[in-house]
Amino acid sequence: MSLLHLAIISPFLLAILVPILYKSFRQIHTGWFVLPLPILLFSYFLSFLSIQEPITKSVPWIPFLGIDFIAKIDGLSLLFALLITGIGSLVVLYSVYYLSKDKEKLNTFYVYLLLFMGAMLGVVLSDNLIVLYMFWEFTSFSSFLLIGYWYHKEKSRYGAQKSMIITVFGGLSMLGGIILLYIMTGSFNISEIMEIVPSISDHTLFIPALLCFLVGAFTKSAQFPFHIWLPDAMEAPTPVSAYLHSATMVKAGIYLVARMSPVFAAEGLWLWLVGGVGIITLFWGSFNAVKQTDLKAILAYSTISQLGMIMSLLGIGAAALHFEGIEKSVYAAAITAAVFHLINHATFKGSLFMVVGIVDHETGTRDIRKLGGLMNFMPITFTLAIIGTFSMAGLPPFNGFLSKEMFFAGMLRVLELDIFSFETWGLLFPVIAWLASVFTFLYSMILVFKTFTGKFQPEKLEKKPHEAPIGMLISPIILASLVIIFGLFPNILSNSMIAPAINAIMPGNAADVHISFWHGFTPELFMTIGVIATGILLYISLPKWRRVYDLFPKKLTLNRLYDGSLEFAQSISKKLTSGYMNGSIRTYLVYIFSFFIVILASTIAVKDAFKMDTSNISSIGFYEILLALAIVVASISILFAKSRLTSIILLGSVGYTVSLFFVLFRAPDLALTQLVIETISVALFLLCFYHLPKNSKNEERIRFKLTNLLISIGVGAIVTVIALSAHSNKMFDSIAQYYVENTYEKAAGKNMVNVILVDFRGFDTLFEITVLSIAALGIFTMIKLKMKGGRKNENK
Amino acid sequence: MKTNDIILQTTTKVVVFIIILFSIFIFFKGHYTPGGGFVGGLLTSGAIVLLLLAFDMKTVAEILPINYIYMTATGLLFAVGTAAGALFFNVPFLTHAFGDVYLPILGKTSLHTATIFDLGVFLVVVGVTMTIIQTIGGDE
Repeated sequence: MSLLHLAIISPFLLAILVPILYKSFRQIHTGWFVLPLPILLFSYFLSFLSIQEPITKSVPWIPFLGIDFIAKIDGLSLLFALLITGIGSLVVLYSVYYLSKDKEKLNTFYVYLLLFMGAMLGVVLSDNLIVLYMFWEFTSFSSFLLIGYWYHKEKSRYGAQKSMIITVFGGLSMLGGIILLYIMTGSFNISEIMEIVPSISDHTLFIPALLCFLVGAFTKSAQFPFHIWLPDAMEAPTPVSAYLHSATMVKAGIYLVARMSPVFAAEGLWLWLVGGVGIITLFWGSFNAVKQTDLKAILAYSTISQLGMIMSLLGIGAAALHFEGIEKSVYAAAITAAVFHLINHATFKGSLFMVVGIVDHETGTRDIRKLGGLMNFMPITFTLAIIGTFSMAGLPPFNGFLSKEMFFAGMLRVLELDIFSFETWGLLFPVIAWLASVFTFLYSMILVFKTFTGKFQPEKLEKKPHEAPIGMLISPIILASLVIIFGLFPNILSNSMIAPAINAIMPGNAADVHISFWHGFTPELFMTIGVIATGILLYISLPKWRRVYDLFPKKLTLNRLYDGSLEFAQSISKKLTSGYMNGSIRTYLVYIFSFFIVILASTIAVKDAFKMDTSNISSIGFYEILLALAIVVASISILFAKSRLTSIILLGSVGYTVSLFFVLFRAPDLALTQLVIETISVALFLLCFYHLPKNSKNEERIRFKLTNLLISIGVGAIVTVIALSAHSNKMFDSIAQYYVENTYEKAAGKNMVNVILVDFRGFDTLFEITVLSIAALGIFTMIKLKMKGGRKNENK
Repeated sequence: MKTNDIILQTTTKVVVFIIILFSIFIFFKGHYTPGGGFVGGLLTSGAIVLLLLAFDMKTVAEILPINYIYMTATGLLFAVGTAAGALFFNVPFLTHAFGDVYLPILGKTSLHTATIFDLGVFLVVVGVTMTIIQTIGGDE
């Protein structure tokens, strides 16, 4: 167990202590106890910044299955680890001021949050896919707990359930992908898989594995059409939204795509899917964000859209694998943009969520129709919001501007792609990207200006707004300053963090990462100017064209599809179950016997097993025919008997005839026993008959049912056929000869039946008498131990 | 409500002993000829049932003050005990032993542990049958 492993599991360990700390120190906010850990981890991970080669530490877990807890730290994992711990510290600090220590159950909150933090660290630092999957599910599950934190709210529960269903669906699909990869490569370790991959890219399972992984990544990262869980996850407390649904969990999918790029990216499908789904998500998210009225919903859709952007960049960047020389570095620049925007998005989206949380906290609402004119009351919050939104919209001098420029550059290069038939539809990429950027600009402006400028409506607010406490502002201030710092001096990141990360995504592509603030009058600059101009125009004319959104039929949304399919699945399975589980034993017997017939008959037919061999049968005597006739007549008469009494008597006569058969076939012990037992059971039948309730004593024939007839004939025929075939297919001699020879020699008896019963096979007898005893005790208890008041319950 | 079934009762008094004797006979010779614990037990219970038919349950309970559930348990104990006894002699479970033994009065007698096992069966069968019949018959 290395220090690195300890770092991954330390949040889990602290999570154990949190409830104790919460109970023992009620007057101190539990968040203060939690805060040191992410800070400590952040500084610990900072110490890896100078590493050149990946560091791998392994702890055996299930070695015989090839599952070891391998912690590997390279540029990409380090970047994510720093994001997780860094933003984690800020979120914990923010939550200390956001959540009241008197009203909220802080112990559960911080336990869930720490579980989540540990799980996220595990995801990004695991080299073993199974361990990665374990932590992956941990993130789904802890985020489920966090979204449902206010579990008394119906919407929280709905959101938690929805995100759980969708992300676990993706997680399981990813597990499928992992297993497929294991089948192909024989290893769970990503580093080993990467080395084997070139030799298996033609494997038939390669494409299915790729699709499985992408479904996992897309559901986690809220990509189209799996994005629907993210807006509903906004019911979580704002620190959770800031942490999980902007900076970390939703980026797990991005991480997975980046991490698996060396494995799958050589495949054309990867380019199309990752790039295409990303760009669709980008557009759909930004387009839908504009119509939202809830601040957090705007941010949720904006997160979806920004994640789509990163995803599409990762897809386009994969093209670098197919080129050499200068072309290669051009496409690798898309990866640079993706990584850079990943960092940028974490900074500005984190701060925006916190800003929204402050607005919510200080005014009591998040509805932009009620808000407005808060600028004078909350100047600091307003400044932070300006920085965050302008960066999100891609305006200089913030970091969003740079990544957006790089994004446009990457999308424009798609036009020059001449592989995987990109020349036909590739044009769509820059066009959609530009449109989406216009909408991004639009909702960013709505977010900030509808909230902070315009008319102040105090009558609609629950509280009198005022500036937030300084503690709540620290975290967004830090994030906003990072937005500016990264915007003005992007190169402090380039060599320390971005270059190693790119090296991990595309091994052997140590491109010279240089983000220049000003690249001259390039097409992307004009695109940005176009975005701003169109965006301002659209913003001003917003009331006029807003009705466009009403044009979309409300019934055709993905949420309706999701809800509908859940309901559909529920009602269908209910109908199905109540359809065949109707509670009638007769029906179940029909199933059992039908299956019996179908399975046996088809087996006989398939194996061609029917055989009738008459060479080994003994002659039939007169008495046998007579008795057989008697038994047949009695049996058939039972079916047509009008009264139950007749049936009982006929059944008795069948039993006595069987006893006669035993006599005829020389089985005196059986004949004796059969005689006595038949007498007793007929007596018991008569007893039952005597106690039948009056109204059911009505003499009535058995009603005729065709299915019953067919099934009974079928069962009889099948059993007969099997008996005949079995008799005709004797494989070996009976072992009875042994008993004949040894009954007296070894067991000192002459009655072979009895000797077998008590000596050779006495074990069976032992348990048969046990069965009898249990039956007697059962009857005794059923009759003697009638619960008092049982009749009362019946009447209820 | 019992009528004066003098003929039935007198006949029963004679016949019951014959049946019991026959059941004991069948039980003991089971190892050599048809019969054994199972049929023997059923016949004995048949005799008791005859008593129940001729007299009432209370009278029979006085004549035979037996708790048939204990009888069942005793029978199981006999069977398991015989079977487990083999373990003390370092032979597999349910290994029977037999041989000729000189007994004070009977002289040279052939004895077999299988008889004790069969006695267990006998007791269980009598116990079970009588429990069932008595519980059902005794139910109001």
